[in-house]
Amino acid sequence: MNIPSLTISSVRKGLADRTFSAVELAQEALAFAKAENPKTNAYLTFSDERALAAARAVDAKLAAGEDPGVLAGVPVGVKDVISTRGVRTTCGSKLLEHYIPPYDATAMERLEAAGGVMIGKANCDEFAMGSSNENSAFGPVRNPVALDRVPGGSSGGSAAVVAQGTAVVSLGSDTGGSIRQPASFCGCVGVTPTYGRVSRYGLVAFASSLDHIGPFSRTVADSATVLTAIAGRDSRDATSALHEVQDYAAAMQQPLQGLKIGLPKEYFAGLANETGDRIQAGIEVLKQQGCEIVDVSLPHTEYAIEAYYIICTAEVSANLSRFDGVRFTTRSAKAETLIDMYKNSRGEGFGAEAKRRIMLGAYVLSHGYYDAYYIKAQRVRSLITRDFAQAFEKVDALITPVSPFPAFKLGEKVNDPLQMYLSDIYTITGSLAGIPCMNVPCGTTAEGLPVGMQILTKHFSEDLMFRIAHQYEMSGGFSA
Amino acid sequence: MKLTEEQVRYVAGLANLTLTEAEIHQYAHDLSDILTHIDKLNELNTDGVEPMAQVLFAAEETATLREDEPRPCLTNAEALANAPVSGQGYYKVPRVIER
Repeated sequence: MNIPSLTISSVRKGLADRTFSAVELAQEALAFAKAENPKTNAYLTFSDERALAAARAVDAKLAAGEDPGVLAGVPVGVKDVISTRGVRTTCGSKLLEHYIPPYDATAMERLEAAGGVMIGKANCDEFAMGSSNENSAFGPVRNPVALDRVPGGSSGGSAAVVAQGTAVVSLGSDTGGSIRQPASFCGCVGVTPTYGRVSRYGLVAFASSLDHIGPFSRTVADSATVLTAIAGRDSRDATSALHEVQDYAAAMQQPLQGLKIGLPKEYFAGLANETGDRIQAGIEVLKQQGCEIVDVSLPHTEYAIEAYYIICTAEVSANLSRFDGVRFTTRSAKAETLIDMYKNSRGEGFGAEAKRRIMLGAYVLSHGYYDAYYIKAQRVRSLITRDFAQAFEKVDALITPVSPFPAFKLGEKVNDPLQMYLSDIYTITGSLAGIPCMNVPCGTTAEGLPVGMQILTKHFSEDLMFRIAHQYEMSGGFSA
Repeated sequence: MKLTEEQVRYVAGLANLTLTEAEIHQYAHDLSDILTHIDKLNELNTDGVEPMAQVLFAAEETATLREDEPRPCLTNAEALANAPVSGQGYYKVPRVIER
């Protein structure tokens, strides 16, 4: 069996034809992933025991003639910020090196209930904070397409396992672009659904008003199937949406004839480079499919990064206060008083970027600055959200770049946090508005580096987003 | 907006973080850079704009409330399993009150 070329439907067929059992597939996928992993460092932990137990359950259902679920036997990588019962969950942090969650995240529970087989936990930036996966305490991930380059971040490992072929699909998390940007750098599909579409229960909190869980895959259909399986209301996350979940894979067969696609002019100014050329070629494909291309404006785009880095760091400083040396595995050996225990455990445990964001967040929330920074940023967030609402009165969907440039070299931006933040320019706006957005590959640069195109639609219009992505893929768009 | 090293020490205190001298120096530089960039927001008039704390979409007002019913939770041993120091069913921390 050729592990890197598997899809959800080829796994389904292999199981139905008895070409392989779920246990055989899990064993072979684990062996392959372990052999390949030293090249990229994309997995931090392999979960053999859990994988084999899940695979045995699938085989038992097949033997009994029961429905084994839409993800039956599919090898999955899960980002290491998503809690997995009994399987180490580090969040890419030294502070949680030995943390073993006593419960599963809802997304993990649903993945397994649908027959998915988690083979390991994927590396990521510490607490999902970063754009290059260089902030992991367990070493960076290398981009499988070009090993001297970053895979993007923060879900760098989740993108890399799919691109490398060591998982069929994976779960990541996105707060300001952490699914879409690594998907674009590694050349795979990555989906950030509507805020609240997938329960955040068990996702270690980074910025609660912005955190999303979503899938990575090599085909649009596979992400659609995974999202259908993990989405939906969960009483354990009060912000999870009540809206009915659609069968996204079934909804995407309809042609695109007559759709209006908007190109926000703010996203294309200054994009006179190879990335811009690839995206223009991608837009051409949509035009040939009968889409009407319309220019639109999202006038507050230029303020998005500033607003985002105030809001997300404020939420970080609150959320990460729980890591204080009491409950979560690591305490400073130098602690004599309670307050020193807090301060030293945190000072020694957190990496540089986590500390930088905690500090920025504590500052913008501090007395005298709260209104000037935090409330101001929330007002700007309203304006950015309003921009999208107005654009969607004119068009059905928006197309933009995902990143201003393709994957950069390891170490290239690591000493300049501001430059690293600015690279999130095209993904942050959709996150602030909470609308569904995804990356689809659209060819490569002359050097062979993947370029990604972003599709954005209205809240809960994942069906339309997947339809555009799928029709684009079917008409050869991925290699446009 | 420039941040002095003294302000960085103050914020580190608010955030319960022990920082080295080198870190204090580095963060004074990094945070000043970022805050200077963030000052751009002052160009924008946001008078009368509602602050947005959460993504909002149409739903019934009480849709997120549920019945308050008891249900199983983690056992004491499960809850303590990740504690760096525990004993007798409790988390242990350094002495807070002197005898």
